[in-house]
Amino acid sequence: MKSRRRGLLAATTVTLATTLALAACAPGTGTGDETASPGATDAEVSTDLAALGEVTLTVWDQETRGGQDEQMAQLNAAFEEAYPNISINRNSQSFDDLETTLRGALTGNDAPDVVQANNSRGTMGAFVSAGLLRDLEPYAEAYGWADRFSEDVLAVSRYSPDGVTFGSGSLYGLPQVGEVVGVFYSRSALEPIATEDELRSADWETFTGMLADAADAGLTPVQLGNIEGWPAGHVFGPIQAQHVPAEDIRALATGNEGASWTSEGNMAAAAELIEWSEAGYFNEGPNGTDYDAAWSAFAEGDGVFLIGGSWLAADLEAAMGDDVGFVVPTTADGTAATTGGTGLPFAVTEQSPNADAAAGYIDFITSDEAMEVLAETGNMPVNRTAELAPESGVNADIYAAFGAVSEEGELLPYLDWATPTMGDTLGATLQDLIGGQADPEQAMSTLEEDYSAFVSEG
Amino acid sequence: MTSPTTPARRAPSQPRGQRRRHPWYRPWLYLAPALVVYGGFLLFPLVRSAQFSLFAWDGLGASEFVGLAHYADLVADPDLRAAFGHALVLIGFFALVPLVLGLITAAVLRRGRVRGLSLFRTVVFVPQVIAMVVVAVAWRQIYAPDGPLNAVLDAVGLDALTRAWLGDYTWTLPAVGVVGTWVQTGLVTVLLLAGMSRVPNELYEAARLDGANAVREFFAITLPSVRGEVAVALTLTIVAALKTFDLVYVTTSGGPGNSTTVPAYEVFQRAFRTGEVGSAAAIAVTLTALVFAINLVVNRIGGREGHR
Repeated sequence: MKSRRRGLLAATTVTLATTLALAACAPGTGTGDETASPGATDAEVSTDLAALGEVTLTVWDQETRGGQDEQMAQLNAAFEEAYPNISINRNSQSFDDLETTLRGALTGNDAPDVVQANNSRGTMGAFVSAGLLRDLEPYAEAYGWADRFSEDVLAVSRYSPDGVTFGSGSLYGLPQVGEVVGVFYSRSALEPIATEDELRSADWETFTGMLADAADAGLTPVQLGNIEGWPAGHVFGPIQAQHVPAEDIRALATGNEGASWTSEGNMAAAAELIEWSEAGYFNEGPNGTDYDAAWSAFAEGDGVFLIGGSWLAADLEAAMGDDVGFVVPTTADGTAATTGGTGLPFAVTEQSPNADAAAGYIDFITSDEAMEVLAETGNMPVNRTAELAPESGVNADIYAAFGAVSEEGELLPYLDWATPTMGDTLGATLQDLIGGQADPEQAMSTLEEDYSAFVSEG
Repeated sequence: MTSPTTPARRAPSQPRGQRRRHPWYRPWLYLAPALVVYGGFLLFPLVRSAQFSLFAWDGLGASEFVGLAHYADLVADPDLRAAFGHALVLIGFFALVPLVLGLITAAVLRRGRVRGLSLFRTVVFVPQVIAMVVVAVAWRQIYAPDGPLNAVLDAVGLDALTRAWLGDYTWTLPAVGVVGTWVQTGLVTVLLLAGMSRVPNELYEAARLDGANAVREFFAITLPSVRGEVAVALTLTIVAALKTFDLVYVTTSGGPGNSTTVPAYEVFQRAFRTGEVGSAAAIAVTLTALVFAINLVVNRIGGREGHR
C-alpha cells in the first residue's frame, strides 16, 4: 500500500512538473504573431484568372441541401469550364459542422482557400481579429463589387481590420443569397379569420389581432419549434423591430457600442413575447418542440402562421403547394422592418497562396449570371432579386418582400451575431421568456450583460 | 476493479535461464505500442488541457496567462455551478436508480431460475450496445409533444400529465435522466447477475435451513457477495453520468433556458463554439478530477472486500 502511494505521489509530481514546464509556452502563440501584420494587402492583385497557371482551389461550403447543392455544383462546373487551368476541390459540410470545424481548419497548416464564414462576431469577427481572413478591398475595387451589391448587404461582411468594429471597414466576404424572416401563412387556415387582402395590407397591430382571433377560434395561431433555442430569435426579431429603432437593433446585433438591451423598447418587445406565450398564440410546448417538427406540423395544416426565414420556402412549397403564402407586416408608419440578411459570405483565407484565383472564384459565383442560376435552382439571389422573381408561388412573395425590406425598409441583422456567446445567451433567454421563467427585466438584463461585457472588452 | 490476467511468463519454448540475456529495454518494447498510444492520445492531451486552463485563449489568436481565474469562475458563475449540479442529479438517474432496479431484477432472476434467461439478459443489455446518439434521437421522438409518451398518457386518461417533456423547466432534467436509467439498468443487471451466479448454492441452502425468507437471504447473502460487482457497476455508471454529452446535445442542447446543461456540454460549447478554450479546459480538468474523486470513494467503500 505504501509503495503504491509513493508511486502516486511520484506520478503527481511528474505531472505537475510537466504542467509547469509547459505553462511557459502559451497556446496559440504561433498564429498570434500574425495579428500584427494582417496580410499583404498592398500587393498587386490580378483579375486575369486564365494567366494564373495550374491552380487547385479548396473550397469549404455549407450548401448541402437540395437547391443549394445544385447551384454550387452548376457554378463550380461553369467556373472550371471557363478557366480550365483552375480546378475546384469542394468540401461541403452542414452549417453546424462547418461552424465547429472552421476554427481548426483555419489555424492548421493546410487551410482551405475559400471558406463560408458566418458574418457573426463569433466566426468572421474572430477570424478577422486573429488575422486569418484576407481583406478583400483591393478585389472589391478591381471587380467593382460595390456597384453590384447594395451597401447594406456588403456592410454585414465588413469589419475593421482589428475586428473591433462590425458593419463598416474592410470587406471580408461576399454572399450569394438573401434571407428574410417573415410570416408564412396557410391560405386555407387563414380563411375563417381574415381575408388574404386584409393580411397582406396588415400592419403589426392588425396582424396580432389576427393571432388573437385565431386563438379564440381554437386554432394554433403560430407554430413554433424552439427546442434548439435559436428559432425564437426569428420570432423575437420581427417583434423587436416594432418597438426598437432600427439603428439600435443594428448596434445590438453587431455588438458595436451605443445601444442597450434594457431600453424601454426592448422591454416592451420582451413583454409582447411573454404575452404571446400566455395568450396561447403558440402551439403546445414550443420549447419542447423540434424546429423541423413545427414547420412540418404547419405544412400539414396545424397552424395559421409560421414565423420563419425564407430558407423554409422550398420545403413548405413542396409540402403545401399553393396553400402557402409569405408576408412581412409593416410597422405602424408603413415601413417593412424585419430580421434578415444574407447567406453565409464566401471569404478568402489569409493562408491561401492562390488569393487571386480565390477572389476570382468568389466574383464568379456571385456574378449577375450566377444570380440566374441561383434563382433557377430555387434559391433567393441576393442581387437582381426583383428582376429574377418567379411569377407566382411563395417565392414570388418572398422575393418581393426581400426587395421591399432591403431597398425601402429596414433589413435588420440577426441578433446572435453580436458576441461569440450571444447565440447561447439569446436562445436560453428567449426560452425563459416563452416558458414564463423570466420577466422582461431579468431577461433583458441577461442579454445586456452579455452585450456590454463584450463591448467593453472590445 | 477487474484483476489483470496472469502474465504469460511460462512460455514453454523459453527456459527460464535465457531470460537474463534479454536487454533491459525488452519489456519496454512490448509496452511501447500501448504506451505511445496512451501517452500520445491521453496523457499528452490531459497535460495540455491542464496547461490551456491557465490561459485565456479564443482558439485562434494569441493567448494570455490568467492563472487560476477560470477555476475561480467555476465557483463564481452560477450557470457553471448549475451545470455541475445537473451532473450530480444525473448520477442519481444513471447510477443509483439502475443499481436498485438491477439488484431487484438480478435477485429475482437468480431465485426464479427463469426460462430463457439468456434471452432476457440480451434484451436488457441491448441499450448498452446502441450508440448514445441513436438512443437520444429515439427518446427525443418519444418525448415530443405529439410523441408516443403523451399519446399513451392520453389513452389511459392521464392527459393532465402530458406536456412538452423536453421543454419543461421542472421535468426536462428528470426526463433526460430516465433515458440514462434505461441505458444503464441493463448493464448493471447483467453485471450483478454474473456476480450472483458465483455465489455457491450451499450458502442459500444453509440460510433456508435457518429459516431465512427471500428478503433476508438477499440482505444476508446476495448483497454482501456482490459487493465487488456493485463497485464496478457504480464506477462505470457514475463515469457515464458525469461525462454525459451526446444525450444532452441531441435531446435538449442544454435547454430549456440553461436547465439541463452539463459540464461536458459546456466544454464542447466553449471550446468549439464560443472560443473560450481556457475556460473549457478548466471545466474539463475539474470534471476529470471529480470523476477520479468520486470513483476513489466508491472503490474505497465497495471494492476492498469485494475482491475474491
